[in-house]
Amino acid sequence: MTAIAASPAPSVGHSRAATIARHALRLIGSLALTFFGLTVITFCLARVLPIDPVLAVIGDRAPMDVYNRVFKEMGLDRPLYEQYWHYVARLAHGDFGVSNFTNQPVIEDLAHRFPATIELATIAILIGVLFGVPMGVLAAAKQGRWPDHVMRVVGLIGYSMPVFWLGIVGLIVFYSKLGWVAGPGRIESYYEDIVEPVTGFLLIDSLIAGEKDIFWNAVSHIILPASILGYLSLAYIARMTRSFMLGQLSQEYILTAQVKGLSPARVIWRHALGNIMVPLITVIALSYGYLLEGAVLTETVFSWTGVGRYLQDSLRHNDINAVLGTTILIGAMYVTLNLLSDLLYYIIDPRSR
Amino acid sequence: MHKLLSSVALVGLVGLAGLAPAMAETPKDTLVMAKAIDDMITADPAEIYEFTGGEVGTNVYDRIMRFEAEDLTKIVGGVVESDYQLSDDGKTFTFKVRPGQKFHSGDPLTADDIAFSLQRVIKLNLTPAFLIGQFGWTPDNVDGLVKAVDPQTFQMTITQEFAPSLVLNLLTSVVGSVVDKKVAMAHEDKGDFGHAWLKMNEAGSGSFSMKTWKPNETIIMEANSDYRLGAPKLKRVVIRHVAEPASQRLLIEKGDVDMARDLTADQIKGLAGNSDVVVNTYPSADTYYMALNQKDEHLSKPQVRQAIRWLVDYQGMVNTFLKGQYIVHQSFWPSGFFASYDENPFKLDVAKAKQLLADAGYPNGFDITLDTSTQVPFTDIAQNIQQTFAQAGINLKIKQQDSGQLFPLYRARQHQMVLIYWSPDYMDPHSNADSFARNPDNSDTPKIKPLAWRNSWVIPDIMAETDAAVKERDTDKRKQMYLDIQKKVQEDGPFVFLFQPTRQTALRSNVKGYVQGPTFDVVYYRLTSKD
Repeated sequence: MTAIAASPAPSVGHSRAATIARHALRLIGSLALTFFGLTVITFCLARVLPIDPVLAVIGDRAPMDVYNRVFKEMGLDRPLYEQYWHYVARLAHGDFGVSNFTNQPVIEDLAHRFPATIELATIAILIGVLFGVPMGVLAAAKQGRWPDHVMRVVGLIGYSMPVFWLGIVGLIVFYSKLGWVAGPGRIESYYEDIVEPVTGFLLIDSLIAGEKDIFWNAVSHIILPASILGYLSLAYIARMTRSFMLGQLSQEYILTAQVKGLSPARVIWRHALGNIMVPLITVIALSYGYLLEGAVLTETVFSWTGVGRYLQDSLRHNDINAVLGTTILIGAMYVTLNLLSDLLYYIIDPRSR
Repeated sequence: MHKLLSSVALVGLVGLAGLAPAMAETPKDTLVMAKAIDDMITADPAEIYEFTGGEVGTNVYDRIMRFEAEDLTKIVGGVVESDYQLSDDGKTFTFKVRPGQKFHSGDPLTADDIAFSLQRVIKLNLTPAFLIGQFGWTPDNVDGLVKAVDPQTFQMTITQEFAPSLVLNLLTSVVGSVVDKKVAMAHEDKGDFGHAWLKMNEAGSGSFSMKTWKPNETIIMEANSDYRLGAPKLKRVVIRHVAEPASQRLLIEKGDVDMARDLTADQIKGLAGNSDVVVNTYPSADTYYMALNQKDEHLSKPQVRQAIRWLVDYQGMVNTFLKGQYIVHQSFWPSGFFASYDENPFKLDVAKAKQLLADAGYPNGFDITLDTSTQVPFTDIAQNIQQTFAQAGINLKIKQQDSGQLFPLYRARQHQMVLIYWSPDYMDPHSNADSFARNPDNSDTPKIKPLAWRNSWVIPDIMAETDAAVKERDTDKRKQMYLDIQKKVQEDGPFVFLFQPTRQTALRSNVKGYVQGPTFDVVYYRLTSKD
């Protein structure tokens, strides 16, 4: 009996293990392809642009013997495929090269700047989700009425106003005129280098160090750029939530639930919202990914030392190692976010298991 | 639900207001400056060639000769006494080192450090090495030509004939910075004379020491109380990287920085009436010009070059969108300095230009491309020129590009016309004459690519005059020679000289004693104080 009862179990387990292995293989394959594509495209783009990376190092007035020497030192005299191969081989060892501009290993630059971007993006996305989802739900529930119109206007402004303009206006109003928040930068200059970096997140490190003044100064600096970026996310998330909700609210199961006498709040917040979680997570993950990519203009207006500005500066200085390193990081981040949202689908939606 | 949202919004706003930071002014003993510092790529004086790097270098390293903050017009001894001995042939200079000087490390500054500093510039052969390479120094001969006779006596011999005033002038440039030999060599790696380490650190004896440099973030300097001219008035200087001029303006208005360095003309105008902020104007030695490639069949005709000079509304631009920030200056050496040539004979005269074009065989004009930068004010200047050119039938196509693309194009002589600017490397007319009025090898593979080469301008006669001027030891004669050269280049060269800018810096009204000179590396913080 035992043998008969137990017999199907290994086959189920086996097939499940096989499925997981297949998924894992597909995932690894797609990851490898993504990274290969990323490195090839960015590497080739960097080489075909009519810019001269040697001039980025030696300046415009150097004599030709200096130019020729640096050209060789940078390996630019080798064939393109050989340059690419060397680059990939170094990448495989975790070596992103040294930035021509900062003179630091690119990996160290990124480790220093990425936390600043994550800090800003995380607060922004929290604002976007906490305000955007309820607004979208409300707009759908009150379709055609004033909450819907308000949301449309809020969304329109968020979509159509250039972010640097919003940043400058925000600074003029909340920093310059009202004095509610601090100005550009992550922290006042006189607080620089007081807190020992542990996590790289200034808000957390200042708390660890017990430096309350620095913590509140950092909060006061981050709140405005995070609110502006959060507002842009909010506009996107609210609009998408509204559209998903409208799709659900016209379904028959909603009518059934209403007929069964469930309260409108329960129908909307539990049943309809519960059913849009999967696409909503994709929207939020994409929005977060966009923010993590580094909002270049916001980081410039607010003198925020994150990866977006690092990428922009590197491009301007023809700093190929830094550009490639940042691109790989951003690619890796998108892949990770995709993985995480897949994992969340798996947890939230039983049908995906 | 809307009640809930309203409440959340209200709480948010109240919370925001509650965060109001203590709007402390900058500390009394610290100068906080907002500046775009993304051009700084090295702190090694053997390599520095950028604006911010030059400015930091001039405060962190002392130099052999100086234009001191107290009088920017006079060359005096820096780490050496002002008086020096010159051999009869005018080639060997002997200097006495000022006694009692110390590096930031505490090491004494000796003649050996001075010799080492010049030798490493030549041996490393990085971008600015050519400045003193002109003396005939090479990695092979420099050890014999530049030496410490004893700890207090430094001697250098040049193998080329150079006017002594020019030699001294070159020793005021960034490559004349004195590096602490002991510290540099303690960080030597594979025979680099400490270069890799000095890119990010310093070993100087200047009025400030560089405590931190985080590229694209901040530079923090601390006062050197042992400085030979006395301790600076402030304890710290903090330069914050603020790339966006609008943000710089807000910071200075609010008092979160003491100085804003990169404000645009509009923002400067917007500060008028704010009693907490003053705007100071400093001369600049830059030259804005148009270059006409002589490989182009139209531009190689002298009448066309003349016509173009009469087709620019110099005064119109200076009176409108360049107001307050530029003056008309039509020769290659800027106004206000030794041997500057201040004649501005050209103005907008379309009829004259049309006649010259007809004489050249182009009565209906021609099509031509002008490459320029995407930055202000180049785009505005280019558009203005486009309009005036059109009045004489020249159809000007403007191509804007980032400097990363513009410089390679110009260096490869692939342009027709370029609108760009030039800064001298040191304050002697030879610095500009060497590039605008010399072209020793017009082949496609020259050793150097001066501006005359970039425009394929072959000028054996003018070059001979430039080479003679550099050797002339009689200052009055030398001055006259440069005036003649400038006149010739102005009349017939492939350059249309347009403007000389001024630099405007906004300071909080309590900031006093900030000194800014005409070139990027003549900026001194040591006399700056705050009331």
